[in-house]
Amino acid sequence: MAAQAAAKMEVGTDVMIDLSGVNKWYGQFHVLKDINLSVYKGERIVVCGPSGSGKSTMIRCINRLEEHQRGKIAVEGVELTHDLKNIEQVRREVGMVFQHFNLFPHLTVLENLTLAPIWVRKMPKKEAEQVAMHYLERVRIPEQAAKYPGQLSGGQQQRVAIARSLCMNPKVMLFDEPTSALDPEMIKEVLEVMIELARSGMTMLCVTHEMGFARTVANRVIFMDRGEIIEQNTPEEFFLHPKSDRTKLFLSQILHH
Amino acid sequence: MSDIPMSTMEPGTRPSLPPPVTETGVIGWMRHNLFASWFDTLLTVVAVILIYLIVPPFVNWVILDATWAYPPEVVSGERTAQFSDCAANSGACWIFVRARLPQFFYGFYPEVERWRVDIVLIMLAVSIFGLLSNRVKNKKPVVWFFFVVYPILAFWLLLGGWGLEPVPTRLWGGFMLTVIISSVGIVFSLPLGILLALGRRSKLPILHALCVFFIEFARGVPLLSILFMANVLLPLFLPLGMSIDILMRVLIGVTLFAAAYMAEVIRGGLQALPKGQYEGAMALGLGYWQLTRFIIMPQALRIAIPGIVNNFISLAQDTTLVAIVGLYDFLNIVRAGSRDSKWIGTEMEGYVFCALIYLICCFAMSRYSMYLERKLHTGHKKR
Repeated sequence: MAAQAAAKMEVGTDVMIDLSGVNKWYGQFHVLKDINLSVYKGERIVVCGPSGSGKSTMIRCINRLEEHQRGKIAVEGVELTHDLKNIEQVRREVGMVFQHFNLFPHLTVLENLTLAPIWVRKMPKKEAEQVAMHYLERVRIPEQAAKYPGQLSGGQQQRVAIARSLCMNPKVMLFDEPTSALDPEMIKEVLEVMIELARSGMTMLCVTHEMGFARTVANRVIFMDRGEIIEQNTPEEFFLHPKSDRTKLFLSQILHH
Repeated sequence: MSDIPMSTMEPGTRPSLPPPVTETGVIGWMRHNLFASWFDTLLTVVAVILIYLIVPPFVNWVILDATWAYPPEVVSGERTAQFSDCAANSGACWIFVRARLPQFFYGFYPEVERWRVDIVLIMLAVSIFGLLSNRVKNKKPVVWFFFVVYPILAFWLLLGGWGLEPVPTRLWGGFMLTVIISSVGIVFSLPLGILLALGRRSKLPILHALCVFFIEFARGVPLLSILFMANVLLPLFLPLGMSIDILMRVLIGVTLFAAAYMAEVIRGGLQALPKGQYEGAMALGLGYWQLTRFIIMPQALRIAIPGIVNNFISLAQDTTLVAIVGLYDFLNIVRAGSRDSKWIGTEMEGYVFCALIYLICCFAMSRYSMYLERKLHTGHKKR
């Protein structure tokens, strides 16, 4: 059934994100070792792996929250260099959802959503507010628009954060462990929103340990360990027939605990 | 209903009871706060005795035994008031303050021109009200007026020229001078401090080094020596024949000094912000200045409010140091007044009056900052 759902969602042939030979060091520590990855338009990729394996670092390199030291990263053909123009152009087109939401606590939910469209996209305020309300309805919390993030539950905050990214009309969405900081009863509401987003055809790259999510919507699962991509495959193959021992060990640890 | 012991009730049916009477009410409060142990009781007794010894004599001196009214000869205009008019009462001689009040307020500013000072101070009060009040919704014109139009207008009105009688700054003094130095220091040190704090956190090495050098230099030197330097050294660096007004030098010195302290307080606010705030904003494509203006500064300044107001208050009080370069600020002019041969013996009255005015101004600032903190608190403590 999961396979049928995944099959319905078309994957294009245009390369959205291209990483080739990416290397990164923290001081002496080699966090990313020769990463090669192409993300196609409409693809939904789940990245998993033990903590410290470099998965967060990898996706944070894609919108330049982290700088890579060797190799090439391009988003829609725009290469990430030291040129601030390129970096800001890429960030405009790439949405990101963080583990700790990173909402702006001094602004209302609505202001959180309209800030970037107004100042980065130069959208008129009225229009930005309409867009914001549209996405708040999509994440099912339009009634919270006038509240401050501190007054919402964790699950609601993360949904606001997703809506905030969507307001910029991004071409790709990056998720950095979006459910790891949530109480168990709130994980579901966030995953539902993410699944819906995946079904709408958004290109997504998710670092997550939610294997149910991976089975439902991913068309590729990537396993990383110690800074390398060890294995990548369709969810069915990945979960049923993992190739490497490290993958088998990891899967046995997270699936039977 | 509390007759049935809780332990015999079914789980899930236990009612919420009010706390024991001994924990609440006046008696409970006194037991907790005044007589909790023998040591607390001792402290309470000592404190009560001290209050009894200090407060009644002070109230007597300040209010009950004080001289408030002019004698009939002064009222009828036969002569001016003097210290001996207070001889009948053992308390404070408030007619000293009454007789000297205009001078305490305006310094040596010519009497016929004092309306100009009034206008400047009233405009100051009105625009501060406009900036702070919740009732004024559109702050943009107020901000423009206050930071651009008002300083020019105020200096023209006070200094004169262009149709007004010139009044040189050596005639400025009293409360008005204190207000001028404090406001200039406060208004200009805040933006300057913000820029210095941002510069200190900048990744550009030269900018960073310059800001660190300036901040550490200004903080490492007492305000007194900065005032001395502004007074004595600054003219040496200027081309021959060019001189800057002494008040101007003091204003620059005080502002730069205050800006260094302000920068450190604001840097504290900046450092208290979690990294996620920067990342959240950068991931949305906001540039450095947008990020700083909309996300970082509003939050950093809110965190830094207690420190900022603390700086404002100490700046307002530090202005009394300008006496050292010969300016007659509020405190200095009151002291000078009580050294007048007609008023010898009124030092105490002068100091108490000064203390009271300073207390009112600074207490108001402190209260406002507490109100502001509460108002800007949007229910977020952690992130």
